[in-house]
Amino acid sequence: MKWKDYTCLPPQFRDQRVFDGCGISGLLNVDGERISGQKVVDMLCILSERENGLGAGYAGYGIYPKYKDYYALHFLFDHQQCKDRVMEYLERGGYIIHSEAIPTKIPAHVDFPPITWRVFYEPRKMKSISPNEEVVQMVMEINSKFEGAFVMSSGKNMGVFKGNGWSHEIAEFYNLKEYKGYMWLAHSRFPTNTPGWWGGAHPFNLLGTSVVHNGEITSYGTNMRYLESFGYKCTLKTDTEVIAYLFDLLIRKHKIPLSIATTALAPPLFSEIEQMEHKYQYVLKNLRATYRSAMLNGPFSIVVGISDPIPTMIGLSDRKKLRPLVAGISEDENTIYLSSEEASFRRLMLDSINGFKFKEIWHPKSGTAVIARVGDGLLKKGLEKPFENVNLSIMGGATI
Amino acid sequence: MSNNNKIEINAISDENPLDYKTLNEVIHRALSQGKTKIVLNNVCGQRFIGASLQGNIELIINGLPGNDLGIFMDGPRIVVNGNCEDQAGNTMNDGTIIIHGDCGDVIGLSARGGKIYVKKDVGYRVGIHIKEYEHKHPVLIIGGTAKDFLGEYMAGGIIIVLGLKINDDGSVEESNHPICGNELGTGIHRGKILLRTDENLEENLGIGAKLFEITESELKQIDPLLDEYCDAFSIPRELIDRKPFKVVKPISKRPFGGNYCGQIV
Amino acid sequence: MSSLTHKIPSYFKVKIDQDLCKKCKRCTTHCSYGVLSFNGEKIVSDDDKCVACNRCVAMCPGKAIRIIENDSYLPPHGNYTRRIRNIIWRQSGDGGVLLSATGNDRPIRVIFDDLLLDACQVTNPSIDPLRETIETKIFFGRKPQKLEFNYNIETPDDISLKTDFSPNFEIDMPIMIGHMSLGSISYNAVMAIYQAVKELNILAGSGEGGLHKDFYEYGPNIITEIASGRFGVDINYLQNAAGIEIKIGQGAKPGHGGHLPGEKVNSLISQTRMIPKGSDALSPYPHHDIYSIEDLAQLIAALKEATRYKVPIGVKIAAVHNSAPIAVGIARGGADFISIDGFRGGTGAAPRIIRDHAGIPIELAIAAVDERLRQENLRDQITLVAGGSVRYSADLIKAIALGADVCMVGMPVLIAMGCRVCQQCFRGLCSWGIATQQEYLVRRLDIDVARNRIINLFHSWNEELKEVLGAMGIDSVESLRSNRDRLRYIGPNPRIAEILGVKHAGE
Repeated sequence: MKWKDYTCLPPQFRDQRVFDGCGISGLLNVDGERISGQKVVDMLCILSERENGLGAGYAGYGIYPKYKDYYALHFLFDHQQCKDRVMEYLERGGYIIHSEAIPTKIPAHVDFPPITWRVFYEPRKMKSISPNEEVVQMVMEINSKFEGAFVMSSGKNMGVFKGNGWSHEIAEFYNLKEYKGYMWLAHSRFPTNTPGWWGGAHPFNLLGTSVVHNGEITSYGTNMRYLESFGYKCTLKTDTEVIAYLFDLLIRKHKIPLSIATTALAPPLFSEIEQMEHKYQYVLKNLRATYRSAMLNGPFSIVVGISDPIPTMIGLSDRKKLRPLVAGISEDENTIYLSSEEASFRRLMLDSINGFKFKEIWHPKSGTAVIARVGDGLLKKGLEKPFENVNLSIMGGATI
Repeated sequence: MSNNNKIEINAISDENPLDYKTLNEVIHRALSQGKTKIVLNNVCGQRFIGASLQGNIELIINGLPGNDLGIFMDGPRIVVNGNCEDQAGNTMNDGTIIIHGDCGDVIGLSARGGKIYVKKDVGYRVGIHIKEYEHKHPVLIIGGTAKDFLGEYMAGGIIIVLGLKINDDGSVEESNHPICGNELGTGIHRGKILLRTDENLEENLGIGAKLFEITESELKQIDPLLDEYCDAFSIPRELIDRKPFKVVKPISKRPFGGNYCGQIV
Repeated sequence: MSSLTHKIPSYFKVKIDQDLCKKCKRCTTHCSYGVLSFNGEKIVSDDDKCVACNRCVAMCPGKAIRIIENDSYLPPHGNYTRRIRNIIWRQSGDGGVLLSATGNDRPIRVIFDDLLLDACQVTNPSIDPLRETIETKIFFGRKPQKLEFNYNIETPDDISLKTDFSPNFEIDMPIMIGHMSLGSISYNAVMAIYQAVKELNILAGSGEGGLHKDFYEYGPNIITEIASGRFGVDINYLQNAAGIEIKIGQGAKPGHGGHLPGEKVNSLISQTRMIPKGSDALSPYPHHDIYSIEDLAQLIAALKEATRYKVPIGVKIAAVHNSAPIAVGIARGGADFISIDGFRGGTGAAPRIIRDHAGIPIELAIAAVDERLRQENLRDQITLVAGGSVRYSADLIKAIALGADVCMVGMPVLIAMGCRVCQQCFRGLCSWGIATQQEYLVRRLDIDVARNRIINLFHSWNEELKEVLGAMGIDSVESLRSNRDRLRYIGPNPRIAEILGVKHAGE
């Protein structure tokens, strides 16, 4: 592991975009049963060819049932003073319900390890903005203005654990097998041009939305400038940050149904749209026109976790399928899995403790979302045609 | 016109004036139901009334219509019982607008045809760039007086200013305001402006405009127009004949032709 | 008093190789500027009149004609160049405002030329445009800020779309042929343009000249223009168009009106503009119903009312110092699209002083307007059209990456039709039949040939756009728009890169 550059890039690399290749995994338990983080660690660590030891991370949902009504803020700090300043800032804006170190295993030889910390937090009620918006603004403020501090995650009953090292090192560092959650995302990195920093590892998170991402968004500039016009500050210079904010914008702020939002991000080609019946053409063309700057271009596969209002896991690849994504469902149909490679599923089958069978393993279509959520199971397999099984109606008037 | 074709529309709903979009939508709905005479009551500054309407329709407006009354209109007749704001008859193609009151600025901007009759005074830049085409000759008659830039860029048609004070009780007297302001007919290159006055207007003239005595044929030309005007506002015709008209016409069809030169440099 | 006109060396010399000359006199009939004549023995030239339009060169069957620069020596001066001296001689001879045509021809550094494009290597794959789909379709008009749906989180597959949409139309390339009126160019040139845009499913502007009845069938691909003269504007002109553009300004002559001299107003122009034959067609400098931003909003609203909200309404401004706040005002005023015309934009006639010295480069205007609209969260709702010397596909691509949705293209279309850029459009003598109303000259422009050349030109631009998108790993032009990340600057002035929001090459 690299014991430096916890909360920001080294100065000579700031303002540079980070490019990387990656391995991603995710799982969701349909019954809401909480499973040890070890399972997703196993799924990820088998993909070691996809990483080079320069960053890995995990997001667990359902890990803090005791504090589930409060924002769980996961921090990295360079020094005690940085932490003190942030705590003071938090106290000004709300109530710290509970505050403690995130337990870690720090090797004896390390002189200056990061301070890993978590705070369960309730922002003071304000008339003008919602608590969610308040927390978003605080996260943006801390990450852009507080030197030596970085917010890894800010959702309720969830947390992100990440750092600069191999996936197995990060899992051991945070002792992930001790956490239990009903949804897990995981990510390992192969950055090309920068040494990597702890905060820059995936998953990226904002409130209940976390993203792990493999690929490079060629539309980054377009997406970033679009998000900035809605007040997002893209400080991390990575594609993944942009994807997390796009999900936040479309789903939380614009309240777009999930299956439509994923279609906006990876829409069908016009040549496909023009084969469809008029109603679908109308909706899809307006969707593409309205969200033309939100469309993600270039190769990507992503796994996204959303906690509100119902915990949901989404898998999506670009519409030209330039990055891998495999899905699986357990024989008892109570767990849904996503990964860069089927090897992750095979790894689970080999394991004598977790050993079990898959009911089905499949390859989702390009640009078509796999959507699974707690309670409902698999809503979309990622094999559907646009609007298949959707009862779509139109209330508006004009034509396009 | 039978009463079946008539409809009254209240431009106020729950004590609030309708916004222009709603009011115009109501008008369009009435027209699509075959109504041809529409009375609008309590109009209060709503814009674009009568915009782009075509055909044999009559709009009676009780209240104050807002800017761009009858913009792009092509045929209908609009009667305003009261004053009117700016740009009535903007780019009008055909039709008649009769205003029983004062009018704001830029009345009849770029109108290509139709008639605008105003009972009282008008503001600045009235009749600017009105133009003629084939059988179309826009006509503006102003009962009272006008301000600066009357008939600027004028490219056809007739503007007549009577210089009267037509009172609401029907009595008529000579206005004590100047008949028009400065820059009269500046840039005029077709059409004419007739002003019923004995003022010396030489100093008021703009570039490209020249004063003439009225000719017999011009008198003949305006005669039916004046009859129609007097009829519209119920005023005696003989009053108008008490003072002579002065006529402003272009010096040339190409007032600025000499300002430019072309060459290879 | 003797003539005030200076006797100065001609710019060009017409060289006729008497050995090759067949004395067919074809050149004398083709020269519309009165340069060439036959003196009974041989072809002779009056070089002072030559504009180097090259018609004679192209038409000579014996290839006997060459036009060369006049090398007659003027005393050299690095500051009072030949051009400046010529301006002074002409003005002291004629005493008028000098006219000019086409666009600014001063050798000012072109910012587009200082920008380089990105391409994919290793970390993501480029796309092969010959084998994989790359989309260049865009929607022209206003979009909502967001879509609204009725749905219940419990039953996510029951979805109802609530949003009402403004009129938008689809075009197959992010290209629009700029506004060139019948009057500034010939009937045949206009017909070729309209037929080409219909075939390509892109747009053309009508210019301020009305729409001749022959052109109504092309209405679905025409953006009609409302300029200060309101020429040819009636309800048919408004309702039969794909869009309506209120012209406030033009890059070649910001703050200036228009002036079609009476001698060009023949019966064709008269019918189209709905004005009498022989009269000057004067477009006032401002619109006299627009003296401020709220008046502009009023005209936008009036046009929407007049067209019953079925046609997108836009506003064109010249790129000037304060374009960004003006554009914001226009967007707030309800415009569905905003067109910005850079200082190099073309014209059929403009005072040289304005053409050569007023306005700002389109590159900077796009960047500033795009940025400002974003700050106000208006950018994605409107369509931003940019022009003012988009010369070839490279400029188109860079303009889109800086933030334009669509580019307006004028001069390249004329050049595609055969224009040799002699800059004499305002004289109405165009020997190629493009910028003229004289029947015998107009006939020289074959509509079919001109149309197919325009189609070829834009087809190749679009293919080149796809090549670049593919190399960048982008499969839809909408992901290039405003993607300044994919541009780098190599010019001498880092401040320009800063305003453009583009990094320097190597960064």
